[in-house]
Amino acid sequence: MSHQILLGDEAIALGAVHAGLSAGYSYPGTPASEIMEYLVRLAGETKAFTAVWSVNEKVAYEEALGASFAGKRALVSFKHVGLNVAADPFMNSAVTGANGGLLVVSADDPGMHSSQNEQDSRYYVQFAQIFAYEPSDHQEAYDMAREAFDVSERFGLPVLMRMVTRLAHSRSPVQTREPRGPNELKTGAAKDWTLLPMNARRRFALLLDRQPEMVRFSEESPFNVLKLNESDRSLGVIASGVGYNYFREAMKGEAALPSFLKVSTYPLPESLIRKLVGHVDAVLVIEDGYPFIERQLKGLFGIVGKTVLGKLSGAFPVTGELSPDIVRRALGRDPLPAVAASGLPLSGRPPQLCVGCPHGDTFKALNKALENYPGSNVFSDIGCYTLGALPPYNAVQTCVCMGASVGMARGASDVGLHPVLSVIGDSTFAHSGITPLLGAAFANTDMTVIVLDNATTAMTGGQPSYGTGERLLRIIEGVGVAKEHIRTIEPLPKNHEKNIQVIKEEIDYRGLSVIVAIRECVQETRKKRS
Amino acid sequence: MKQDIILAGVGGQGILSIAYVIDNAALADGLFFKQAEVHGMAQRGGAVQSHMRLSSDAIWSDLIPKGEADMILSVEPLEALRYFEYLRPGGIVVTSSTPYRNIPDYPDIDRVLEAVRKAPRSVVVDSEKLAREAGTVKAQNIVLLGAAAGSLILKEASLLATIDALFRGRGAAVLEANLKAFELGKKAALGA
Ligand code: SF4
Repeated sequence: MSHQILLGDEAIALGAVHAGLSAGYSYPGTPASEIMEYLVRLAGETKAFTAVWSVNEKVAYEEALGASFAGKRALVSFKHVGLNVAADPFMNSAVTGANGGLLVVSADDPGMHSSQNEQDSRYYVQFAQIFAYEPSDHQEAYDMAREAFDVSERFGLPVLMRMVTRLAHSRSPVQTREPRGPNELKTGAAKDWTLLPMNARRRFALLLDRQPEMVRFSEESPFNVLKLNESDRSLGVIASGVGYNYFREAMKGEAALPSFLKVSTYPLPESLIRKLVGHVDAVLVIEDGYPFIERQLKGLFGIVGKTVLGKLSGAFPVTGELSPDIVRRALGRDPLPAVAASGLPLSGRPPQLCVGCPHGDTFKALNKALENYPGSNVFSDIGCYTLGALPPYNAVQTCVCMGASVGMARGASDVGLHPVLSVIGDSTFAHSGITPLLGAAFANTDMTVIVLDNATTAMTGGQPSYGTGERLLRIIEGVGVAKEHIRTIEPLPKNHEKNIQVIKEEIDYRGLSVIVAIRECVQETRKKRS
Repeated sequence: MKQDIILAGVGGQGILSIAYVIDNAALADGLFFKQAEVHGMAQRGGAVQSHMRLSSDAIWSDLIPKGEADMILSVEPLEALRYFEYLRPGGIVVTSSTPYRNIPDYPDIDRVLEAVRKAPRSVVVDSEKLAREAGTVKAQNIVLLGAAAGSLILKEASLLATIDALFRGRGAAVLEANLKAFELGKKAALGA
C-alpha cells in the first residue's frame, strides 16, 4: 500500500496495529522501548486501541493476557531481561492458552549495548513450548507481527517475536497493507484459565500434543527458505535473523551461494534442517545470541559424518554481537581492503550523566557523607544513575536487576554490614522496589534507601513514572516507613552541605530510613521548555 | 549505485537528525536504505554512530562491513577517527574541526586534525563557527550535512525538502538558521 520509514521496533508495532490490535502493554527497556513509544503515539492520534506503559513487565504481561482472555488482540513488549520479570505469567500463559491473539515481543541485546546480560529469548520459547518468529529485516518484522496474531488464535497460544538490538534500532522503508479491525469481546474458557492442578494437567497435556503441529507449521512457513546448491556439497549454512543478512552480505558478488536454510520460526523446521544437513558435509550455523540452533543440531554426540560449525566450534566468538565482518571471516572470505586505523590512540568516550543531572549532586553529597564510614556499601539499581558507578563518582557498588538494590541492602544489613544504602530511581522503585521495602519496613531493617525522584523513566527517553512527587512520599509512608525517617532533599549544588547532613543523620539512625532526592531530570525540563 | 556512510559524533550532537534527513531524502529519491542507530545508554554523552546504507539495489546487512564505507560524516573530529577501518580505500571523511571535550584525556586537537587529514580524502569544516553564523550553534549537524551534500548520491532538493519538513514546525527562525547552516557547510566544503 504505502511505504513508511520505520525502526524495526516500529515495524512490529505497526504490524500489530494493522492486525487488529486492541491493547498494548510494556515497560521501557532498551532495545524494546520504541515499540510502545510508537503505539502510544499512534493510539493518541487514532484512539483506535489502548497503549499503556505498565508498572513493570510482569504487570504488562498480565494486562495483555487479560485483554486476550477478553477475546481481543493484545501485545506485550519488553527487553529480554524484562521477560525474566514476566516469566511467571509467561510460562503459565502457555498452559492457559490465549483467547484473542497474544503477541509477546522480547528484544534481546547481543553485545550488551544497554543490558546486564546477553540472554537469548529463544530459550524461553523452547521452555514455554510456544511458537515464535525471528525477523531478519523490517518488512518481515511487520509481516510476521501481522501473521503472529492469526497463529496465536489458531493454536490458542501466545506467540513470541524475538527481536535483537540491531534490527530494533535500524530504520528502513516498510510496505504496509490494509489494516483490519479488532476482535469482538468474547469471554469463556474458565476451566482452561483456572490452573488448578486438574485443569493444569489437562492443559499441559494439550500443549504437548500441539507440538508436532507447530513443528509442521514451522516447516511450511514461507519465512523459512531452503536453497540447495546441487554442484557444491561441501558447506551448508543455517542462518537466522540478522545472521542471515550478514551471510548474504558476505557472499555479495559471488557467482553461487552455498546451500542454505534461513530459519525464521521456532520450533525449528525439522524436516528442512534434515534436508540441508543431509545434502552437505559441513554446516555453519550463523545466529546472533546464544548457540541455540547449533546446540540442538549437535546434541550430545554430534552428527555422524558431518561437521557442525558455529559458536561452540569456535567459528564465531561465543559472546558479543555478530557483525558482517565476523561472518565474512567465518565463511572463509578475506577481509575487504580498508583504510588503516589512524594510529592516534583514541580515548574512549563512555556514557555519562548529563551536565546538571540531579543524580550528580546526590552522588557528591552521598560520597561526602560516607567519607568516614569505610565499611559501607551502596547498592544501586538500574537507570541513568547506574553511571554513578563510573568516575568521577565511583559512588555505587552494584547493578543487578530492577529493584534489586532494596532487597540486597536488606540482606547485607541482616548479616551485619553498616552502613548499608540503596540507591534507586522513582520509576525503578515503582517497578519492583516497593515490595522489598515492605519487608524491610516490617523488620525496621537498619538501612538507608535513597530514592532518586527525577519524575521520569529517564534512561529510556522519558516515559511516565507512577511513583513520583507527593504520590511517592505517600507510597513510602504507606509501606510502613516511620514518618520521621522519610526525608527529602533537593539535589542542587547550593544544598550540598545540608544534604550531606541529612544523609549522615539517617545513616546514624539504626533502623530503616528513606531519603527522597527530588529534582526533575534536566532532559525532561528541557523538553517541556521547547 | 550505492553509498555507505558512517555518521559519527557524541550523544546529543544531533546525529539522528542528520540520519533522518538522509533517510527521507533517500525515500524521495527512490533508493533502498537501511540505517542502524544507537539508542539507550550510549546516548548519554557517549560515542555514538549510525550506519547509513543507501543503494539502488536491495541491502542485506544493517551494519556496514569494514572497508565498505564510502564516507565518514562526523560532527566531532575525534569521533571521525574511531571508524577509519570502515572506510574503503579512496573514501572520504567529512568532519567538524570542533572538539567536544567531555573526557579528561582528549588528545591534542592539532594531532587529531592531522590524523583526519591522513584519510584518502577529507573535508574539515569549523562547524561551530558556521553554525553560529547561521544563527544557532545547535545547527552544527546541519552544517556538516551541507558540507557532505556535494559528495552524497542524493538530490540536494530532496535533502532541503526534508530539512524544511523537519524544522518548519519549530518556527521560521529555526528553519531559516538550519537552511543557512546547510548553505554555509556546502560553501565551506567547496573551499576546503
Ligand atoms: S537523562 Fe536525566 S536522569 Fe538521565 S543523566 Fe540526563 S539528566 Fe540525569
